[in-house]
Amino acid sequence: MSKKQMTGARMVVEALKDQGVEVVFGYPGGAVLPIYDEIFQQNRIRHVLVRHEQGAVHAAEGYARSTGKPGVVLVTSGPGATNAVTGLTDALLDSIPIVVLTGQVPTFMIGTDGFQEADTVGITRPCTKHNWLVKETDRLAPVLHEAFHVAVSGRPGPVLVDIPKDVQFATGTYVSPKDTKTSHYAPRTKGDADMVRALVEAIEGAKRPVFYTGGGVINSGPKASRLLRELVDTTGFPITSTLMGLGAYPASGKGWLGMLGMHGLYEANLAMHDCDLMINVGARFDDRITGRIQDFSPNSVKAHIDIDPSSINKVIHVEMPIIGDVASVLEDVLAVWKERGSRVNGKALKDWWKQIAEWKAIDCLKFRQEGKTIKPQHAVQRLEALTKDHPDRYICTEVGQHQMWAAQYMDFDEPNRWMTSGGLGTMGYGFPASIGVQMAHPDALVINVAGEASWLMNMQEMGTAIQYRLPVKQFILNNERLGMVRQWQELLHGERYSHSWSEALPDFVKLAEAFGAKGIRIDDPADLDEGIREMLAYDGPVIVDCLVEKHENCFPMIPSGKPHNEMILGENADTRNAIKEGGAVLV
Amino acid sequence: MSALKIKKGSSSHSAYDLRDPNVQTVERHTLAVIVANEAGVLARVIGLFSGRGYNIESLTVAEVDHEGHRSRITVVTTGTPSVIEQIKAQLGRIVPVHEVHDLTTEGPAVERELALFKVSGKGERRVEALRLADIFRANVVDSTLESFVFEVTGTSEKIDAFADLMRPLGLDEMARTGIAALSRGKSGL
Repeated sequence: MSKKQMTGARMVVEALKDQGVEVVFGYPGGAVLPIYDEIFQQNRIRHVLVRHEQGAVHAAEGYARSTGKPGVVLVTSGPGATNAVTGLTDALLDSIPIVVLTGQVPTFMIGTDGFQEADTVGITRPCTKHNWLVKETDRLAPVLHEAFHVAVSGRPGPVLVDIPKDVQFATGTYVSPKDTKTSHYAPRTKGDADMVRALVEAIEGAKRPVFYTGGGVINSGPKASRLLRELVDTTGFPITSTLMGLGAYPASGKGWLGMLGMHGLYEANLAMHDCDLMINVGARFDDRITGRIQDFSPNSVKAHIDIDPSSINKVIHVEMPIIGDVASVLEDVLAVWKERGSRVNGKALKDWWKQIAEWKAIDCLKFRQEGKTIKPQHAVQRLEALTKDHPDRYICTEVGQHQMWAAQYMDFDEPNRWMTSGGLGTMGYGFPASIGVQMAHPDALVINVAGEASWLMNMQEMGTAIQYRLPVKQFILNNERLGMVRQWQELLHGERYSHSWSEALPDFVKLAEAFGAKGIRIDDPADLDEGIREMLAYDGPVIVDCLVEKHENCFPMIPSGKPHNEMILGENADTRNAIKEGGAVLV
Repeated sequence: MSALKIKKGSSSHSAYDLRDPNVQTVERHTLAVIVANEAGVLARVIGLFSGRGYNIESLTVAEVDHEGHRSRITVVTTGTPSVIEQIKAQLGRIVPVHEVHDLTTEGPAVERELALFKVSGKGERRVEALRLADIFRANVVDSTLESFVFEVTGTSEKIDAFADLMRPLGLDEMARTGIAALSRGKSGL
């Protein structure tokens, strides 16, 4: 039994060490000064000083997504805590494990509207998986260990521990994780055996099957991705993935259809619509995926593997719900498969692949790069071509058109290589996330594909990148527009471009130089490759200001409230007779 | 050039599908939620209902196990069958929630509510109020020469009926506890 007397502030550092934390993203302030004093007096845990608390949380998210370990944030009370709210909500919607520690005014001042007092647990209750206000120093260590347990167990998510300043100063007893009473919180991980068997039988009989996978596969860990690959390759079924799940199955794999959803690939969405067996692995039937509920994959039997019981039948009714951890359930499925000596319906599957090949032939991502203006798709495609062979590449994005283009034109062969804000759609996510990724992987190539509007939302983090010598590459597709907003206004709001352009933009090259980074402007398609190479060659943070076509729309697109088989394709897709008139129309 | 030929007023003008896919009948369910009695746990449960747009018809909460620090929250809610299932699943994933039971579907249950009524009046009205209270097996828990406070226990319907009767007889004020419920029979939760 290791029970030591120490101050609450010391306990925080001790608990972080015992939890194996290496990096903390934070920003000091009055209510966390005792903890910062302890951080100053040790060398085990690295602290990264961000420039805004929102950046700290997104950086921790990037760290968590790229390592599979929980990200840790330390901020002060009041504004420190409220600035963390967007990041917490982002992590909640994308199920990212992060532990946020906030300072609080002393316990005897709580409720007096003290300086920098906010009801932090009240404010963050709906945007955390769980949160705690610790009022006694003796409770601090058990709560911190419990916080890590809750963050990573079951469906991962953000947790917050609010620590009043007097609790940090007072002395109490520290208990280590192994001496802490285990929590009752232990979500079920093993899937129901009968359902697993039913799924295997459905796989044997399926004529038009599709795997629909999501972020749950990545959250479940590398083993889940390995088992998924085994199952997909064993069955020879096609597989599509949500934005969150890219990389769980390799884009170079035989079964890969590409991403599905609102801006997903034609073949992926039509396979979802026409399938007779849908196997959802760790995805949640998000509204960007389903389109119109009533017409979602009308003729399929659906299986849903999810660790969160509340995801089952929330949006789409499924015949085969399997509550459990993806890796554990896939392991069981494969075991039953082998035990039964199962076989798929090879003939039907061949016809199904033939149908899919016809959809693929539409070439829904085709675009024309001509003239002196860079098409954003072309820029992303060249970035992909020049970086895909890098042995250790991580891609982050902001939110908007560029995010979708990155998802469409970049390929991921491994999980944890793709960091993007899916559920909340947080502009300003990507840059700080890239900092978190680079902290975790100092020698890796970390690129943030950005739009100029999103990027400006957390541009202050350039200071962090410089201070910690993080060579993050900011690849900005600058269309001087809020591209996705503009696109919706063009298509759905009578081309009234209400406040969707960026005026008074900074000179990004000078901006980079003002921070001490390198700035590169690319405005000619002929200079694109050279510009990207220059970015890659520079040892330090780079901002690339890539001026692109201002009015490009992101296709394919399923308009909201439409089913999967009513996608709009770009005008360059090879639609043959599918489209009656020129330009983009409903098909 | 608008690429879409979408009728005005259709939900395609939104980034969301605005039509309600849950065209199902609404049911009333009584849920018993066993929680760790820690700070903020009631706020978590209530916040879940308000945040996700669920209804609360009645809510009763008190610590029922002082040693184990367990509280029992009895909540009466309405919703379509799929919404009721969602509510139970969402409640179940709140960290300090230990158990969620649907007393409406898990066999027969008894439901009781307690109410206090202040009725004031003189003469025949006062006598009539007392007579009706006797029929409802209400207890008189406070009395002055011009008023009574009645205590009534029973189903919500019984309490509604008593309130309707007292109104013309001088009902001044009432307080209700909300529903407490237990499953019938030998076995407990």
